[in-house]
Amino acid sequence: MSERPRHSPLYALTKTRLLEFIRQPEALFWVFGFPIVMSIVLGYAFRDRPPDPVPVGVVEGQGSAGLVASLGKPGTIRPIVFPSAAAGSEALRIGKVALLVEANPELVYRYDPTRPDARIARLEADDAIERSRGRADVAKAREQLVREKGSRYIDFLLPGLLGLNLMSTGLWGIGFSIVDARMKKTLKLMTATPMRRSEYLLSHMLSRFFFLILETGVILAFGLVAFGVPVRGSFGLLALLAAVGGATFAGLGLICAARTQTLEGANGLMNLVAIPMWLVSGTFFSAERFPGALQPAIRALPLTALNDALRAVMLEGKGLVTLGGPLAVLAVWGVGCFAVALKIFRWQ
Amino acid sequence: MEAASAPKTSPAIACRGLVKRFGEVVAVDGLDLEVTPGECFGLLGPNGAGKTTTIEILEGLMKPDAGDITVLGRHWGTHERELRARLGISLQESRFHDRLTVFETLDLFRSLYPSGRDPELLLADMSLEEKRDARVGKLSGGQRQRLSVACALAGDPEILFLDEPTTGLDPQSRRELWDLIEGFRAAGRTVLLTTHYMEEAERLCDRVAVVDHGKIIAEGTPAELVANLHAPYIVEFASEPAVTPEDIKALPGVRDCRQRDSRWFVSVATLVEALPALLARLDRTGAKLLMLSTHQATLEDVFISLTGRELRDE
Repeated sequence: MSERPRHSPLYALTKTRLLEFIRQPEALFWVFGFPIVMSIVLGYAFRDRPPDPVPVGVVEGQGSAGLVASLGKPGTIRPIVFPSAAAGSEALRIGKVALLVEANPELVYRYDPTRPDARIARLEADDAIERSRGRADVAKAREQLVREKGSRYIDFLLPGLLGLNLMSTGLWGIGFSIVDARMKKTLKLMTATPMRRSEYLLSHMLSRFFFLILETGVILAFGLVAFGVPVRGSFGLLALLAAVGGATFAGLGLICAARTQTLEGANGLMNLVAIPMWLVSGTFFSAERFPGALQPAIRALPLTALNDALRAVMLEGKGLVTLGGPLAVLAVWGVGCFAVALKIFRWQ
Repeated sequence: MEAASAPKTSPAIACRGLVKRFGEVVAVDGLDLEVTPGECFGLLGPNGAGKTTTIEILEGLMKPDAGDITVLGRHWGTHERELRARLGISLQESRFHDRLTVFETLDLFRSLYPSGRDPELLLADMSLEEKRDARVGKLSGGQRQRLSVACALAGDPEILFLDEPTTGLDPQSRRELWDLIEGFRAAGRTVLLTTHYMEEAERLCDRVAVVDHGKIIAEGTPAELVANLHAPYIVEFASEPAVTPEDIKALPGVRDCRQRDSRWFVSVATLVEALPALLARLDRTGAKLLMLSTHQATLEDVFISLTGRELRDE
């Protein structure tokens, strides 16, 4: 009658977390489906293809037919004919064309020099016209085109999506489950048993690690198979980063759920934490685009640290010794959040 | 009842001078309590009387503002883990993970206790075998409440705490739960429960404390409390035309009377004295008797005579 239990409390609590999670189809989608859908959509939008021809306006008049023929020759320019200089200028002003060419009879290039595409159009157009008029190049150069994997947008994006996913599942996976248990008074009921409170929180961590291995694996495998995104560094190091990142965001999730009494409240708090990092931490575009004054703050965010470290390992094949900075940032956030969360945690 | 006959039994639960305030509201106002090992003790009172606050303080889930508490001779401050392993607690309106099955839930709670009962046996005890693999979210109110008690029993506790165990249940589920609680007590264990159902207190409890405004206003066995009324019978009648309270109170053996709708409820010491006098009085004034019944006073009548209010009013 009074025999020992079949499982340790930690095992039973972790198992409960896992069962709860896998019996929630919508949660499975957000963890596994969402990052894959996102990389398909973004990967398609930014897939490899030659750049679009630059639209260049030509004012109709003497010699305009010849200009159109010479501009169209290289295939990098799309000539558009305008009946008057006024119509062409209007198109230039609203950005329909990057450059307006007029043979009057001498050549006139009209463009905005502060627009990079206008300057490219000017170079391309001038080159095409000069060549067609018989210019001979004095130095012949051989061209070598580079389309190496690892330098495309999808290669930049995928490590960012991995980091983003580790953040979202850490925050929402832990936060919602704890707030739900608090609202249902399951948390209070658990504290009425001999369960150790640290075991309860640890069970959340362990179940996160379990899913973290799966979600990291799924995203990496998808990137490799669908887009050929390389992993140049070691898989062990990648696993370490995923584990440290997962633990850090679990800590953030814990702090968001530490005192919150409603799911709406928790959701708001977690959005408040997550959305700024979505934007500035270099998931979709490089964090270096922000002004220098903001850089120290952006570098101190856990998602920036995780994304930078994931990219360094996946794309540059960096080793552990170069990752001290990001790992330290993650560790400080993780340990700090756990310490504060445990202190302010509301069990009832 | 070995526990009760043992020499100098220390109380299973004792508290003295318990006070708990929530802001301006005094929920528990200097409450003393002693529960003997092996008895089923009931805290009886209307909603808002302070029963839940009291039981949660005794369960060590809430800290009192003042007062001294011992459970099984231990203090919560120094022996929390030991006490947790020896007590079984069922909270009012707690819910479980909807996506776990009944067995998984019991197994989880079982694993939280260092020793206890096999979950399969608990399922049988609680007549939940058929629902073994059903999701908790799909259970009826009665089944969920049985599961809650089953989880409280998972650690094979010495004391079982139940807060409003049958509130909101249908009569059938309520009787099933009563059988389970009686079975636990019959095995010599202690039960502390709160309720606002009179029948529940009368059926289950060896002793009852009537709680009102955070204080105990009467304590004893259900029979003692009723006997202390000095008016163990209630005469209920209605007449046309109605009579005045002065007329009724002038009758021999009448202790008290109150009116509800068109009916009078008269507390009397003996029926043989009061009933003929009442009938004679009505006859004399030419009033017609519309209904008449008598019953023995219950805890409900005790509560009304103590507070002047009805339990269900609040």
